[in-house]
Amino acid sequence: MAVRYLLGNEGIAHACLEANIDFASGYPGTPSSEVIDILRVQEERPFTVEWSTNEKVAFENALAAAWCGLRALCTMKHVGLNVAADPLMTSAYTGVTGGFVVLCADDPFAHSSQNEQDTRRYAHFAKIPCLDPSSVQEAHDMLRDSFALSEEFGLPVIFRPTTRICHSKSDVELGAVGTEHRTAVFQRDPKQYVVIPAHTRVLHKKLNEKQQPLQRRLVELGYNRHTVRGTTAVVTSGVAAAYVQEVLPDNVSLAIVGAYPIDEEWLKSFVDRHEKVLVVEELAPVVEEAIRQVATTTEVLGKTTGTVPWEGELNPATVSAVLDKAGIAPTVTFPAPAPVQGVPPRPPILCAGCMHRPTFYAMRKVFRDGIFPSDIGCYTLGLQLGAVDTTICMGASITVGSGIARSGEEHPVVCTIGDSTFLHTGMPGLLNAVYNGAEMVVVILDNRTTAMTGHQPNPNTGMTATGVESTPISLDAICRSCGVSWVETVDPYDLPVLLDTFRKAKERKGVRVIIAKQPCVITARKSGIKRKVYAIDLERCTGCGVCRSFGCPAIAFAGKNATITELCAGCGVCADICPSGAIGMEGRQ
Amino acid sequence: MKPSFDILIVGIGGQGTVLASNVLGEACIIENRTVRSAETHGMAQRGGSVESHIRIDGKFGSLIAPGTADLLIAFDLLEALRYRHYLPAGGRLIVNRNLVVPTSVYQQNLDVPDEESILSALADLDVACIDAAGLAEEAGSILSQNIVMLGAASGFIPLRPDTLEEAVRRCVPRKTVEVNAAAFRLGREAGARGAGTP
Repeated sequence: MAVRYLLGNEGIAHACLEANIDFASGYPGTPSSEVIDILRVQEERPFTVEWSTNEKVAFENALAAAWCGLRALCTMKHVGLNVAADPLMTSAYTGVTGGFVVLCADDPFAHSSQNEQDTRRYAHFAKIPCLDPSSVQEAHDMLRDSFALSEEFGLPVIFRPTTRICHSKSDVELGAVGTEHRTAVFQRDPKQYVVIPAHTRVLHKKLNEKQQPLQRRLVELGYNRHTVRGTTAVVTSGVAAAYVQEVLPDNVSLAIVGAYPIDEEWLKSFVDRHEKVLVVEELAPVVEEAIRQVATTTEVLGKTTGTVPWEGELNPATVSAVLDKAGIAPTVTFPAPAPVQGVPPRPPILCAGCMHRPTFYAMRKVFRDGIFPSDIGCYTLGLQLGAVDTTICMGASITVGSGIARSGEEHPVVCTIGDSTFLHTGMPGLLNAVYNGAEMVVVILDNRTTAMTGHQPNPNTGMTATGVESTPISLDAICRSCGVSWVETVDPYDLPVLLDTFRKAKERKGVRVIIAKQPCVITARKSGIKRKVYAIDLERCTGCGVCRSFGCPAIAFAGKNATITELCAGCGVCADICPSGAIGMEGRQ
Repeated sequence: MKPSFDILIVGIGGQGTVLASNVLGEACIIENRTVRSAETHGMAQRGGSVESHIRIDGKFGSLIAPGTADLLIAFDLLEALRYRHYLPAGGRLIVNRNLVVPTSVYQQNLDVPDEESILSALADLDVACIDAAGLAEEAGSILSQNIVMLGAASGFIPLRPDTLEEAVRRCVPRKTVEVNAAAFRLGREAGARGAGTP
């Protein structure tokens, strides 16, 4: 036993080691990414670990490992489960022999996500258990035990932490790293693994028969627990349980739901003992709906009564206010001070020297009247440069672009997509666009890494998750084999050539691909690439502000004149942009 | 009585707020105290405004409610202004005398308050303003400003100074241990002097 100060994701990763994990795969997505990032560099236990090209790929790899009797983990964020939803639904039918845990991190308030969907809905939909930790310690303990639960019922288990678990830290009590290693053996059993209709009908019945014993077991395991203390109760789940406990008076009963499906008998016996029950949970009213199904005379307050907010994340102050609204006097009330108005915003921004900035700049300069669908990654921040018109989900820039182009819209369509995202789900869209004759330009922003989530390697990086060298794929060859005849690879720091390439693309027809290739400025710095910084010749600077619109964080203004700060990474693009030739490499004026 | 001592550290992505909160968490482990913290990850790190909540002796959630922080440590004057509502009236603020103008100001032609007007807007708080850059350079590296700030705040944190210094040694990269230990001590002296208090 050791107590350490760990991030939720670190505690979760360590729990995998304690549980004798044999196989891990995933696709990076905040707030889930650190789990594989830690597993791939740890040295305490050897096992197979990979970053997969997308969540469906990761899911199916790990599922197969579990079919071979191994303990397998697959990680993603909530929206990633949409990509893996197809195998998820059927994996509940086939079941598993080894332990299979699907870590799917939810993001209330959409801190770094495109929506606030609730993974508990998927667990319900697929009829598989979902574990929902309320603290970092519980996340550790639950994950460690979830492999055994998966093996006991022969079902995949969804483990669903939220942002405030993944990215919270606390003192965590850890166990010893497991030393048991299993050997993968695939037992042929077509009746279980081949889901032709005749087999599926049997498997569905078996899946349904597992539900009631599963519900009872989750109560036995202590994941769903309650204390009766009065005639009023609060039922809560996930991290909201921590906020509730911080402000709950002693004479109010408390139930914490840490696992789904919820045993109806257990829930009903608790609810029936109270005159009023308040349900406090983030995202969807999953617990609330379960309670409404079992409650007969008890008054139920929650989202549907307007007592608890439907959107965003909860915190101690909102929970205290919710209790107050429900007629339960909280032990702590919080002031509601207003933030100071008029403080200029400081949103995240593309780094100084980021290769995406000149690409966006050139794209807009050449295609002034263009429509710019984009995708998920750092480059979504190109929104601030007026270079992002649409974003839905991974891989959708090319498909949205071709849809706009083929619908008859006459403005030119130029879409942007990162290398990792292109390999994730961009490729089928490109193939489709070419095959169906779309008129569009596809710009692949190739920075050789998955930068936004913390620089995880992808098949374009030339290195695997564990640091083993691997042959980097050729984006050019992939595009050509999808049927694109005009593919140009350019260095985005070379602005004249970049502009020229966009102009050439404009003159052509069909699907044209520009690969703007330059390493991410952060990985470049870490690998020791040093470029000379740039400076402004104040006598030449006219204060015209052209560099201002370029939006580089290394360019500041002191009065009328521009200055270049210590953030400069030396990309040199601003020197090409300045109409008065006032920007040059320092010491070389 | 308040069950935990709540500290909010705010700054700009890349300034080392997470490392500073790691030091506080590690110090809690050394002293066998419970601790909860929440930090900013992902998209917000690209030069954006970031915050780290630390609750020493915390047992519940990791979030500090606005108006209830015991201490605000700000690595930038503008960020101090942005998050000041986390402090109660008269609350304690340790702020770096440093102002990075957000790029949004130049792009959108926004007004940005200067140092003097920010300090006067913060004057109702108990403020210590620290020249962290100068002290960090004195310690041997401009990158140690976050540890200088932690040192400056250490006199107001319910953890022993030697514990905090030991936690600094455990948390920073091996090559930089001595520089950061020096940064911590210089910050601590400056904090004790109330250096630069407006």
